[in-house]
Amino acid sequence: MGVLELKDVTLELGGKAILNGLSVDFWEGHVHALIGPNGAGKSTLAGTIMGLPDYRHMTGDILLDGESITGLTVYERARRGITLAWQEPARFEGLKVDRFILAGAQDKNVGTVRRVLERVGLDPDKYAKRAVDKTLSGGERKRIELASILAMEPRVVLMDEPDSGIDVEALARIFDALADFRERGTTVIMITHSQEVLKHAEHAFLLCNGRVIDKGTVGHIDGYFGDKCICCDHENVPTQEEMAGVTE
Amino acid sequence: MSGPTAQQVETARELLASLGDFGGHIKGDDIAHLEVHGNEVVGSHLVPGLTVDVDQLDEGIEAWIHLAKGARLRNPVHLCFGMLPTEGLQRIIMHVDAEEDSFASIQAHCTFPNAIDITHKMDADVRIAPGATYEYFERHLHGAEGGVIVVPKTRVDLGEGARFKTEFELIKGMAGVIDFDYEVQCAADSILDMIARIIGRGHDRIRINEVGHLNGQSARAVLQSHLALRDHATAEVYNTLTASAPWARGHVDCKEIVQGNAVAKAVPIVEVNHPLAHITHEAAIGSVDSKQLQTLMSRGLDEDAATDLIVEGLLA
Repeated sequence: MGVLELKDVTLELGGKAILNGLSVDFWEGHVHALIGPNGAGKSTLAGTIMGLPDYRHMTGDILLDGESITGLTVYERARRGITLAWQEPARFEGLKVDRFILAGAQDKNVGTVRRVLERVGLDPDKYAKRAVDKTLSGGERKRIELASILAMEPRVVLMDEPDSGIDVEALARIFDALADFRERGTTVIMITHSQEVLKHAEHAFLLCNGRVIDKGTVGHIDGYFGDKCICCDHENVPTQEEMAGVTE
Repeated sequence: MSGPTAQQVETARELLASLGDFGGHIKGDDIAHLEVHGNEVVGSHLVPGLTVDVDQLDEGIEAWIHLAKGARLRNPVHLCFGMLPTEGLQRIIMHVDAEEDSFASIQAHCTFPNAIDITHKMDADVRIAPGATYEYFERHLHGAEGGVIVVPKTRVDLGEGARFKTEFELIKGMAGVIDFDYEVQCAADSILDMIARIIGRGHDRIRINEVGHLNGQSARAVLQSHLALRDHATAEVYNTLTASAPWARGHVDCKEIVQGNAVAKAVPIVEVNHPLAHITHEAAIGSVDSKQLQTLMSRGLDEDAATDLIVEGLLA
């Protein structure tokens, strides 16, 4: 049994099933990658696990440690240890970095701000009192969001395209954070197309048309995705024979 | 000004105590301050380069504040205007004359902690001579019941290369009724920076009228109004910026967060009368940004706590 389980989850948006009877388990302390073409339902899946308002009308069940969290709000899920790093982090006019980080921190100590900022490669003396607004680059905001998640010490982290819009240095800091999560036993579920990022995952899931159609090692799934899926605009749902050929 | 009586000292102490953390400013010979309770000066201290003359009126004071040429005050000057009773009128007429190349930063604390029916009127004319910098930060502390009508009206004449920075802040207690009216004339190379930060609650009524005229070459201005409204509060914000000289530059920014049954209206007016001048404006009115809210809720804050933090940032 995984730490986080989704059972027969279906979500319709605008009359279309974005998640379509999806069932999947995620394992405690492991790094999982969700792979699939645009529109496959990856970000929707992350939002549904987080319980974002647009996705609350799902059917099926989401279990954390065997207990249903389907009826819980975003903050109730967060208080149970689930959190989300957005592909494009929000900007907060006037809100200082240290206040943002401490908002969800386990240890609301100034030392926490310093520690997590240093961990994501940002100088606390330069960044702690800056605002989380448009004066920061996308990469800086991404690192600050990651710092806030490190401070939260979550059990499950959903990361939507952690590598998008950032430079090589920032990417290295994200890998440091992944190492921290792994060391703490945090479960990571990330959406990515980056080969560099995929190297840090232990398990991969291939999503297509709102379903997990395959799972296995990153090499297997990414190989299948690259060879069979990338040009098909997710019309190419593999046959049973094809699936049997790549499934472990 | 003669020394205060024992009663005046006690009144000044009570007035400053109502400011909480902000009340501890009367420390040190090098810090200028003036405390006015109703129509009575209950405490004061001046520093070289600064003179203040006060006339007592029936329901307030008339003050002449003068900064000598080249005087640069190292520490902020603290003004405290207020009334401890529940009812009354306080009228402040202020004439400010900042001579050439002078500098002063004024912290004005307006406190009405027990107000039920108080009117605080401020009529100011400010002359800031070429090369001078005058900063005026007005912070209001009202009680939980509102009951205050605040009517600040200020006219400013900004000389060549002069700077005027002003902030009006009311984020503690109920606003009551605010009718804020500032108008600034800006000569060449001058800089105007004006911001109002207000939280409206209950049945507060807020009207802001900020006007800047960029009359001189390369004059610059930023007018900002940031408001958070909840319950049945209403706000009307009029930001007007005109530019009539080459390379004049300006920006108008109005942001309002509206919750509950509150109502907000923003009217940015920009007028450019010279082809080499440039003014921009932005206005955003609406509920709390959902992505900001969801981000903070995904860190474990409930909706109210997340909203408070977002508003805190907006009004920072």
